[in-house]
Amino acid sequence: MTPQNFNNNKPLLRMCGIGKQFTSTLVLDDVQFELRAGEVHILAGENGAGKSTLMKILAGVYTAYTGQIELDGTPARFNSIHDAASAGIAIIHQELSLVPTMTVDENIFLGRELSKGPWLTKKQMQQKAKTLLAGVGLDIAVSKKVGDYSLGIQQMVEICKALAFESKIIVMDEPTSALTDVEVQRLFAIIDKLKKEGRGIVYITHKMEEIYRIADRITVLRDGRYIGTAPAAQLGQTELIKWMVGRELSSQFPRHQANPRQTVLKVRDFSVPDQAGKPFPVVDKVSFELRAGEILGVAGLGGSGNSELLNGLFGTYGSRVSGTITLQDKAYYPTGPGEGIKAGLALLTNDRKATGLILGMNIVENTTLAALKKYAPFGWLRPAREFESARQKGQSVHLKAASLTMPVDALSGGNQQKVAIAKWVDTNPAILLLDEPTRGVDVGAKHEIYELMNQWTAQGLAIMLISSEMPELLAMSDRIIVMHRGKITAEFTADDATQEKILRAAMGNTDEPYEQGSSHH
Amino acid sequence: MNKMSNSLKTGEHWLASPTTRVLAALIIVFVLGLVFNADGAFFKWGTHRDMLRAVSVYGILACGMTLVIISGGIDLSVGSILALTAVCFSLFTIHYQTAVIVAVVLCLMISSLCGIMSGAIIARFKIQPFISTLAMMVFARGLAKWVSGGQKISTAVQQADGTYQYVEVPGVFNFINSKLLGDNITVVTVIFLICIVISYIILTKLRYGRYLYAIGGNEEAARLSGVPIMKSKLLAYGLSGLFCGVAGICQAAQELQGDPEAGISYELSAIAMVVIGGTSLQGGRGNMWLTLIGVLTIGYLEKILSINAIGEDKRLMLTGAIIIAAVLLQKTKK
Repeated sequence: MTPQNFNNNKPLLRMCGIGKQFTSTLVLDDVQFELRAGEVHILAGENGAGKSTLMKILAGVYTAYTGQIELDGTPARFNSIHDAASAGIAIIHQELSLVPTMTVDENIFLGRELSKGPWLTKKQMQQKAKTLLAGVGLDIAVSKKVGDYSLGIQQMVEICKALAFESKIIVMDEPTSALTDVEVQRLFAIIDKLKKEGRGIVYITHKMEEIYRIADRITVLRDGRYIGTAPAAQLGQTELIKWMVGRELSSQFPRHQANPRQTVLKVRDFSVPDQAGKPFPVVDKVSFELRAGEILGVAGLGGSGNSELLNGLFGTYGSRVSGTITLQDKAYYPTGPGEGIKAGLALLTNDRKATGLILGMNIVENTTLAALKKYAPFGWLRPAREFESARQKGQSVHLKAASLTMPVDALSGGNQQKVAIAKWVDTNPAILLLDEPTRGVDVGAKHEIYELMNQWTAQGLAIMLISSEMPELLAMSDRIIVMHRGKITAEFTADDATQEKILRAAMGNTDEPYEQGSSHH
Repeated sequence: MNKMSNSLKTGEHWLASPTTRVLAALIIVFVLGLVFNADGAFFKWGTHRDMLRAVSVYGILACGMTLVIISGGIDLSVGSILALTAVCFSLFTIHYQTAVIVAVVLCLMISSLCGIMSGAIIARFKIQPFISTLAMMVFARGLAKWVSGGQKISTAVQQADGTYQYVEVPGVFNFINSKLLGDNITVVTVIFLICIVISYIILTKLRYGRYLYAIGGNEEAARLSGVPIMKSKLLAYGLSGLFCGVAGICQAAQELQGDPEAGISYELSAIAMVVIGGTSLQGGRGNMWLTLIGVLTIGYLEKILSINAIGEDKRLMLTGAIIIAAVLLQKTKK
């Protein structure tokens, strides 16, 4: 994976001595970064290390900074996002910047439409959009709305948007966080193609396996400072983690010996209909059991229904589900989140910003929200009790915050996730449904979340875990069920499971048909 | 002030806190009053008392509006519900001579029911608050006209022979219009201040107040945290209706009649007061003190312009400009 022809000494981009200050805190201090044509350069670091800030300076979002930027050897300074885009810099954000209600071609050319005089040349744009999409191996109707397509395809559209303007530098900020494995493979193939065309790619990710799959070089930032740059082949995983966190982590996935006890959840023929009204169910007559003190991994590719299974059990879809459920020896039927919480369930959703937290509210208010009745006898709030409880819960999840009364949107991703976790700890659940608990969380915080999972299972809680990071799922689960198109296709013990076996079952290929519980298919 | 100490704790400079900015708008208006004092009229307490009286009915509406806006909604029906209650209250007290306490309870029940209906439609059928309360605005106006037969319900009561005869003004009207503490404050103003305190307690001391902020901040996250969305919305719109009822009773007393055409465009004044106070129309943020400051800002502005004998035309234009200026003042520089 060495960049061949383009590996000359003249870099595409050089950023030197970059400093950036927000009011009184220095978020970037004397940072350097260099990108060559035809390379994939990983920008690594924990949340809050300054990666996004550095990229926002490059993209012209932040115009007040110290230091120099050189493009192709000539100094440059961008005063707006438009400036940077015209200079050939494209950023593909974590949160996609597409307009879901506009068509694919309208999105690709948004803000820079092709036109003849005042008239848009629609045909030409559609044609060009089609060519671009074909270039990334995608054959979709460009006149359909972007919102009708999956996140994976939307990501490709976003890339085409960058390609439409001949961007030489493409920054990808955690592009795979919402993609299925198949979509990730396709993205990597495209990245390879972009490299060969001589473009430079800055890639930000928290996933170890991705780093070593595609990296040519790695630059690490920590606490706003430059730690170092090295070719990926020379920077081992242990060393890389040490650079990122400033210390060595004892073990990447510290799952303790499990001690499963009595069955707490029995699910028979559980189904969730498609919420958009399509005729086939997203979860189709699923049966399984969960025991206290164990972590049950629920594997599956995008569209497998694993997230919907957790949401359906919790009550996200109200009573629009079917099946027989026994929860702690009592019959349970989901009717709504409030009832799910009362029954002892807690759902950590896979998108803390959209469905997990109230970003404008402070840490205390978010922590106590799901169990607010505890703090409000006869409806009257007791702020002192709330504060004290939030302090304890925050401590137990290793929350780091300057003040408990600061709004959660001022926290880093890892700490936001810890607030979301603290909220569910506060409800005192018997079963924790964790949907991507470490998504967008830095290495140090991930480790702390794993340790929490160990603590909870030791206390007798049962956990259902979804993770798109296969090594994490394999290492942390005591048992893994695999879903494909709404059905369970395989079950493995921790010792049996391998990445290959799971992937095969997740794609619907099983050696022998799996029989779940007593029901036959 | 409570908000200020909060911002100190978060390390934010007090000059940058929202309360300070909103207060700045009020202070600027107040200083204008000191300068253009209309030969000392502004220095007399009577001027301030009259300003407070004039602004009270709007202020009561703004209390309910604040609750609804914090929950991420809007209530366009407040002016119409006010008219409906004013008509009903006048009918009960002047024509039927119902006992005051019964009349008040009935009127507040009617107005709350209107609000609860809007809330139920919004929460149950997921219809946008703008549309649902727009429908209620039209419906309640129609109801007010139907109940009153399109006539103002005044103390001139039509007799069986077709002639009009004046009856006595009900005692409750006189009471609401009377002044307390040695003529220094009117009863309506006291009612307005009580409404402010009640709303303040709901928003800061009660569980359901927290739920309103949570729903306005992120409804889906709130729902998945077990927040009862339906009940909370019914409460917000129901309370807005209740405050409309209180305002309607005060309005009837002040006009000495129940006018089915009363309160037209009052919803816009109430929204303007909330917005000048800095409560975001997106929901999830804001508080009662900010609304109080917003009410006083508009009240003083109108009063200063009127004591300086500036015509309504210019007054409206200036008010429009002030709304924008006040909101710009609150915008945090990024």
